[in-house]
Amino acid sequence: MKYKFGFAAALLAASFLSTAASAKTFVFCSEGSPEGFDPGLYTAGTTFDASAHPVYNRLLEFEPGTTKPVAALAESWTVSPDGKEYVFKLRKGVKFQTTDFFKPTRTLTADDVVFSIDRQINKNNPWNQYVPGTSWEYAAGMGFPELIKSVEKVDDLTVKFVLNRPEAPFLANLAMPFASIMSKEYADSLDKAGKKEQLNQMPVGTGPFTFIGYQQDAVIRYQKNADYWGKAPKIDDLVFAITTDAAVRYQKLKAGECHLMPYPNAADVKSMKSDSNLKVMEQEGLNVAYLAYNTTQAPFDKPEVRKALNKAINKKAIVDAVFQGMATPAKNPIPPTMWSYNDKVEDDTYDLDAAKKMLADAGVKDLSMKVWAMPVSRPYMLNARRAAEIIQDDFAKIGVKVEIVSYEWAEYLQRSKAKDRDGAAMLGWTGDNGDPDNFLDTLLGCDAVGGNNRAQWCNKEFDELVKKAKVTSDQAERTKLYEQAQVVFKREAPWATLDHSLSIVPMRKEVTGFVQSPLGDFTFENVDITE
Amino acid sequence: MFGFLLRRLAVLIPTFIGVSIIAFAFIRLLPGDPVALLSGERVMSPERHAQISAQLGLDRPMIVQYLDYLGGVLQGDFGSSIVSKTPILTQFMALFPATVELSFCAILIAVVIGIPAGVIAAIKRGSAIDQSMMGIALVGYSMPIFWWGLLLIILFSGILQWTPVSGRISLMYFFKPVTGFMLIDALLSGQKGAFSSAVSHLILPSIVLATIPLAVIARQTRSAMLEVLSEDYIRTARAKGLSPFRVVSLHALRNAMIPVITTIGLQIGVMLAGAILTETIFSWPGIGKWMVDSVFRRDYPVIQGGLLLIAGIIMVVNLIVDVLYGLINPRIRH
Repeated sequence: MKYKFGFAAALLAASFLSTAASAKTFVFCSEGSPEGFDPGLYTAGTTFDASAHPVYNRLLEFEPGTTKPVAALAESWTVSPDGKEYVFKLRKGVKFQTTDFFKPTRTLTADDVVFSIDRQINKNNPWNQYVPGTSWEYAAGMGFPELIKSVEKVDDLTVKFVLNRPEAPFLANLAMPFASIMSKEYADSLDKAGKKEQLNQMPVGTGPFTFIGYQQDAVIRYQKNADYWGKAPKIDDLVFAITTDAAVRYQKLKAGECHLMPYPNAADVKSMKSDSNLKVMEQEGLNVAYLAYNTTQAPFDKPEVRKALNKAINKKAIVDAVFQGMATPAKNPIPPTMWSYNDKVEDDTYDLDAAKKMLADAGVKDLSMKVWAMPVSRPYMLNARRAAEIIQDDFAKIGVKVEIVSYEWAEYLQRSKAKDRDGAAMLGWTGDNGDPDNFLDTLLGCDAVGGNNRAQWCNKEFDELVKKAKVTSDQAERTKLYEQAQVVFKREAPWATLDHSLSIVPMRKEVTGFVQSPLGDFTFENVDITE
Repeated sequence: MFGFLLRRLAVLIPTFIGVSIIAFAFIRLLPGDPVALLSGERVMSPERHAQISAQLGLDRPMIVQYLDYLGGVLQGDFGSSIVSKTPILTQFMALFPATVELSFCAILIAVVIGIPAGVIAAIKRGSAIDQSMMGIALVGYSMPIFWWGLLLIILFSGILQWTPVSGRISLMYFFKPVTGFMLIDALLSGQKGAFSSAVSHLILPSIVLATIPLAVIARQTRSAMLEVLSEDYIRTARAKGLSPFRVVSLHALRNAMIPVITTIGLQIGVMLAGAILTETIFSWPGIGKWMVDSVFRRDYPVIQGGLLLIAGIIMVVNLIVDVLYGLINPRIRH
């Protein structure tokens, strides 16, 4: 932070001095305010970055930079041969954070794990409705209430989950932020004091940073957790400076007011890369944008019609126009960084003549259709309207007339899942747990028709493959099944797969140790600032 | 004067109820569903949707919801946010001082620069000074706030590095808010440099927020002054041999102030609306940003509670302006 002008320099001299004198403070210019601090209640990454990652831990966590679940609060685990019983041995002596508002008297036990999970799945748990309108959206979305028969304490350091059916992605699901482990002792103390809602406002966990305070919509402060069971963080203080506008975040980064920022404007990335004070990390995001045909309506019920339309979409033009190159065209419904990605699948190459011919062969003439464009910018599709216009233009060249439609976001999500929806809907998905099941079965399985399966596509062959993979615990076996499922998907073409966007993280050059997460999380326990 | 005040207060009650109905009904007329938005792209089953709607009371007839809401408001309970689950009043009280601080500084800049600028332009009517001042005022009035804010940030914070980019105070200072007003809290904290840091953070957002009101006040002052300066009593004052300064400051300005005060009062409402953009660009944690976020999330209780509280404050400000108006011009009271 350097001010050239005398007056301003004098004005801010004191802040300089305190910068120099203070311990290592890492400032993250976050993109928005957390909705709360209880990760079980929410689904937004912004909220998890401020709660689940700094303050809490989970039984398993994703190895930094990967989507591989590894031991965290659980030291080890066993799975019964039928895949329905999971027994976790907890790490001994894990301390909860000591704060101004809570002093723990005991270390982590199975009671904390049972409390953290049971409140989300059991309607009779006194914490199931601890604030009005509590909705455990992620637990419900991942099917936990139907999947988990019981979660029980075996002894102080052993906990047992009994499932209603085998579920291969279960371990990965437990590594997700919503499954963070909270302190039951803290919850009990809040209950006694009649301040249950504080659980969502002033968090206490076992994570690398202790929550200090939150000034709404402005700043969140954390301090290194001196009692952390894992490798101690290298920074002393972690500050989230909430800065909603990407252009302003960039200015703050340039001025040295923050060390790292998420979600830059695509247009700024070039100048960021040429700034000698900054460095830019990039990685393919765990996401996909797609255009889902309604496969129950003619003529989109014919795979050859869908294939023909796919051949008329210039994905490269979409990636260039919408992302300025910060994305890659997609050929599969899962991103290339995900295990079981089938690179042998051949994409429908952009070929207008071939598309025209295929349509004529299928007996389709004078086709008019609607293309739905989301009204909001999402990480997987920054400007849906622009993408829809490119598609409209291309389709016009093969004689297909396109009307672009859009609705308010909640309305869009609601209407686009209707079975009798008219037209092809653009949407996308960001992976939750790095498991292919989270894309293939969640978005394209027969159970998801009328819900997440916007193509209303129920293909027996595909569904059997993904359902089999879901209950198979051997990863090599699962990989084969998913690879096969991707071949079926490409042949049947329920979607036009559009792009996988890149995740770009600009930071000051003095930042070291930051590991980009394929899941898009921002975690700072390994970062350091070199002078 | 007391009767006048009572009459004005009596008008506030139906206005307040009217605002509460509008705030309540309009947000529900917008398409969108707060419950569906909770799950985003992840689809919520119809049963679950119904269950959460029932928990939030959104499944009841609109009139029942409204009466329940109004009953709560009369007891000081504005409800809780659907998203953050915290009471509206608590959030409002935490954020409102930031907006007041910013608006106060902005209105101060607008008045201190706008009135003299308008007076000078009126006195020098038709001159190059008049034309350039009114030209600048027109540009200021038409300025797209978001673009203007970003431009100032790039110039003063990015290139010249005179001011910080955004926020209310350097992150190095950390103290518990006492009043919520950063300038006062920084002084109370006793931390060296905290106050000057708070001032430096206030400069750019205040200028940006002041831009439009400044232009309006300058133009209004000019036209009011021109009207007054052509009155007979001004000619008489001049004929009596009073100094031009006395004529303008004592005789003309006081009379010209009546429409200007009305304009300033109206600008406070404009400022709260303008603060939405200024707060967003300068990451200023005020009620404008809070309301916008809530509209996107269809957080009904926050939008209706926030609107009602803001409307209540504007009504009180207008009442104060009316009273001031009455003090300056006693004929108004009747």
